[in-house]
Amino acid sequence: MTVTVSMNVNGKEVRADVENRTLLVHYLREHLRLTGTHIGCDTSQCGACVVHVNGESVKSCTLLAVQAEGAEVLTVEGLAEGDTLHPMQEAFRQNHGLQCGFCTPGMLMSALDLVKNNPAPTDREVREWLEGNLCRCTGYQNIVKSIIAGAANMRETR
Amino acid sequence: MYDFTYHRPASLAEALNLLAEAEDPKIVAGGMTLLPTMKQRLAQPSDLIDLGGLGDMRGVNRDGDAFVVGAMTRHVEVAANPELLAQLPALAELAEMIGDPQVRNRGTMGGSVANADPAADYPAAVVGLNATVTTNQRSIAADDFFVDLFETALEEDEIITSIRFPIVPRAAYMKFPNPASRYAMVGVMVADTAGGIRVAVTGAGPSVFRVAEMEAALGEDFSPEAVAGIRIPDDGLNEDIHASAEYRAHLVTVMAKRAVLAVQARAAG
Repeated sequence: MTVTVSMNVNGKEVRADVENRTLLVHYLREHLRLTGTHIGCDTSQCGACVVHVNGESVKSCTLLAVQAEGAEVLTVEGLAEGDTLHPMQEAFRQNHGLQCGFCTPGMLMSALDLVKNNPAPTDREVREWLEGNLCRCTGYQNIVKSIIAGAANMRETR
Repeated sequence: MYDFTYHRPASLAEALNLLAEAEDPKIVAGGMTLLPTMKQRLAQPSDLIDLGGLGDMRGVNRDGDAFVVGAMTRHVEVAANPELLAQLPALAELAEMIGDPQVRNRGTMGGSVANADPAADYPAAVVGLNATVTTNQRSIAADDFFVDLFETALEEDEIITSIRFPIVPRAAYMKFPNPASRYAMVGVMVADTAGGIRVAVTGAGPSVFRVAEMEAALGEDFSPEAVAGIRIPDDGLNEDIHASAEYRAHLVTVMAKRAVLAVQARAAG
């Protein structure tokens, strides 16, 4: 059974016919070809698929596309401005915040939701916040460092 | 995931009609359990009735000596509610311990309570704080609500609309989370309610339960020492790859002690 969904993704109005059962992550990746959002575990645990829906981080593998009807969706592709990386992305680059990079889009989107409410998180707060984001390279030290640095970058550029 | 018909009713009445008419419907609130279950093909509803559009079932409101939490209130909203943090912090703190930030951004109190997962956190709050579950038909006392593993007193045509939590002078929730999922291996709510001390345990058995012996001991002497020597029987407790029944029984005592300590620490400021 199909349904027409329309939403705003990274500032662009999009509209498509999808199956009722289409997950938001599949819609983003397969219909919109926004493959920056990853599918890691498919059991709602790893956080590689984290995107923002109406400004809040959610796991896009645990949300139907039809449930995001009318929503504003932000994916990792919506962060950089042209060739200029978002300050959080830049911090991940500077601090070696990624190894294989698979978890990185989810880490970035999760981090930005943290910084939205907590512009200067502590090491402990970052670690607690990342409960729902797994890095199989176990690169957490530098991910935490990157997020703290990214938050500082964002405070400066604000 | 098998296909289904999706509905997003604009009112509770419409949701109830859909529920009555569909062949094998499921209600989805936040979907944090149901969608993963459907993805694994462990559930195959003919119709999915999404309560996401029922805005009037969302929010935390003070009503006399209680807080009434709408069934569609998300964990993040309970955890961050300033009035709850000031007057019933045990409930807000429990909500903050659920899952991870993304789960708390979607998951709802009504969904969690209706699902009655043996390792969910909210059942300990509902029973420990002696809450009342309100549905479209009636009010159900906490002690009558949770029946067994994933089984509640709810009828098939019943939808939780809100849950009423009496404000208590002191309470705290402590849990030993599963390191991967953050579900409670054991979680204990200790509360000093109008009807006496209540100790509610989630995660340990098929359904949330109270520990009368601990309640009596804490009624006499509200201290960690009062419960330190009380060990509940292993019989009938959950056993899985994460913990044996024996270990869960042990954790009940430890978490009860920690909850009492947390109450005392809060009182001391």
